[in-house]
Amino acid sequence: MIIIGERINGMFVDIREAIQAKDPKPIQEWAVKQEEAGAHILDINTGASVMKDEQPAVMEWLVKLAQEVSKLPVAIDSTNPIAIEAGLKAARGKAMINSTTAEQAKMDLYMPMAAKYNAQIIGLAMNEKGVPKTADDRAALAMELVVNADMNGIPMQDLFIDPLALPCNVAQEHAPEVLAALRQIKMLASPAPMTTLGLSNVSQRCTNRPLINRTFLVMCMACGLDSAIVDANDNDLVDAAAAANVLLNKDIYCDSYLKTFRQR
Amino acid sequence: MAVNIVKDSYKSKVVEITVGTEANAIKIGGDSTLPFLHFEGEMPNKQVLCLEVFDMVPEGWPENLTAAYEGVMSDPVAWAKKCVEYGADMVALRLMSAHPDNSDTSPEDAAKTAKAVADAISVPMIVVGCGVEEKDAKVLEAVAEALAGKTCILGNATNENFKSITGACMVYGHSVVSQSPLDINLAKQMNILMTEMGLPNERIVMDPLSGAVGYGIEYAYSIMERARLGALMGDKMLGNPVIAYVGQETWKAKESKASVEEFPEWGEQAKRSILWEVVTACTLAQAGAAIFVLRHPESLKQLRVHFAKMMESNAY
Repeated sequence: MIIIGERINGMFVDIREAIQAKDPKPIQEWAVKQEEAGAHILDINTGASVMKDEQPAVMEWLVKLAQEVSKLPVAIDSTNPIAIEAGLKAARGKAMINSTTAEQAKMDLYMPMAAKYNAQIIGLAMNEKGVPKTADDRAALAMELVVNADMNGIPMQDLFIDPLALPCNVAQEHAPEVLAALRQIKMLASPAPMTTLGLSNVSQRCTNRPLINRTFLVMCMACGLDSAIVDANDNDLVDAAAAANVLLNKDIYCDSYLKTFRQR
Repeated sequence: MAVNIVKDSYKSKVVEITVGTEANAIKIGGDSTLPFLHFEGEMPNKQVLCLEVFDMVPEGWPENLTAAYEGVMSDPVAWAKKCVEYGADMVALRLMSAHPDNSDTSPEDAAKTAKAVADAISVPMIVVGCGVEEKDAKVLEAVAEALAGKTCILGNATNENFKSITGACMVYGHSVVSQSPLDINLAKQMNILMTEMGLPNERIVMDPLSGAVGYGIEYAYSIMERARLGALMGDKMLGNPVIAYVGQETWKAKESKASVEEFPEWGEQAKRSILWEVVTACTLAQAGAAIFVLRHPESLKQLRVHFAKMMESNAY
């Protein structure tokens, strides 16, 4: 289970204020805190409050700050292709693009970029028409992502398909479709593409979000989820992921399995 | 259509352990592939072949085994020298006399023997206790101190006594054999606990306690294989070189000891016993074992030839 820490994101107040004040401290604190908690990748997002033409410079600043104090690779999270490319240039190690959709124009833009920078790429199973209702429609869009990645020479282990979780209070029928989609996506190619999920979406505006998050995470892992963008500092969630990894026979059991999961 | 060579790519590798002092140091492990798959990774170090020395005359050995050590079996120093003559990469000294049912040798006296042997030979040493966990904790502490600076492998540390052995090895610079009874979960947990004490991971050798061919070798085989796969896929707490006490197991087997008169259908004992040792070692090498503690010099000779052949590159 690859944990992508979601915390360095301008939508959080402390990060937004740090960006505005050019204060590196909160950024670097979160980089270290997430790494210590067991994150494998740090997601970096400038947030919507940064002006479009400033996004590339801010992205570069955030990536460099985070990697100054953490050895983890970064996921460059933006809807702005110029900001993404700036992040990729600044990143050390194998970076990740977050994300493209299955819209042809976007795939034509981001897939070659992933190939050029030897980056991993998240592909959302949606297009200009929005998020599909059923597992089959999600899988169909996932296939578009697989084909386009293949055409650009991106190996399947670098393509992370996100079947898109929606809040379970207002879009309850989507959760089982996401589970079914995960199973189908793992059968689209051999070797199979990787899968990921913006997990926290599933519990937006719900009560007891951590419970919903970790329950869904475990269910998704059983269906083939390889990674997730999560709150890496939610200890119960990371514990659940560690236990699920053992129960799926992905990690060899030992009494210190919670600790070894975090040490990798 | 052309044939595409399928090569697995692995994230990690087995840690490399160094034993012995500078000029005679040996490196063990470091593999970044499954055993002998030179086409998809590296096996930088060759298999280590050791011969065993007892600090007392062992009982129940068949004649073809005692014949190889005639005249030296009551003198561990002379015996160890003989092993080096036979071409052993390392000498494995077994302090059997420390067993309460034998002479119950004191830790100090056992350590003196170990020191005398170590000073007499040029190759690195493995020193193993008598198998009584409580006694071994004390004996190996004394041995660790007496052999300070020799960079040996000391064992066997078990779930019951690893703390004192690990502590002593940390202080005096030795590696430790971490022994677990055919249990990969316990093996992993032992490594975690030992590294948490501060022993570097590059100083742990794993012993999953294999049986001989015909005596449950398949259990250890699959555990070793699982550990190797885990190591290659990034599980650092299973990425340690594996030691196999081959001689200890095979020479217990009836097939190694019984005469041809007793079992005519089995053929000559002298030939059969060597093969039992050689085949057990070859099998465990395929599962990933790196250190082989043998008893008969003829087995060592045959394995040397076999391993040299297996270590020839099969890269495409």
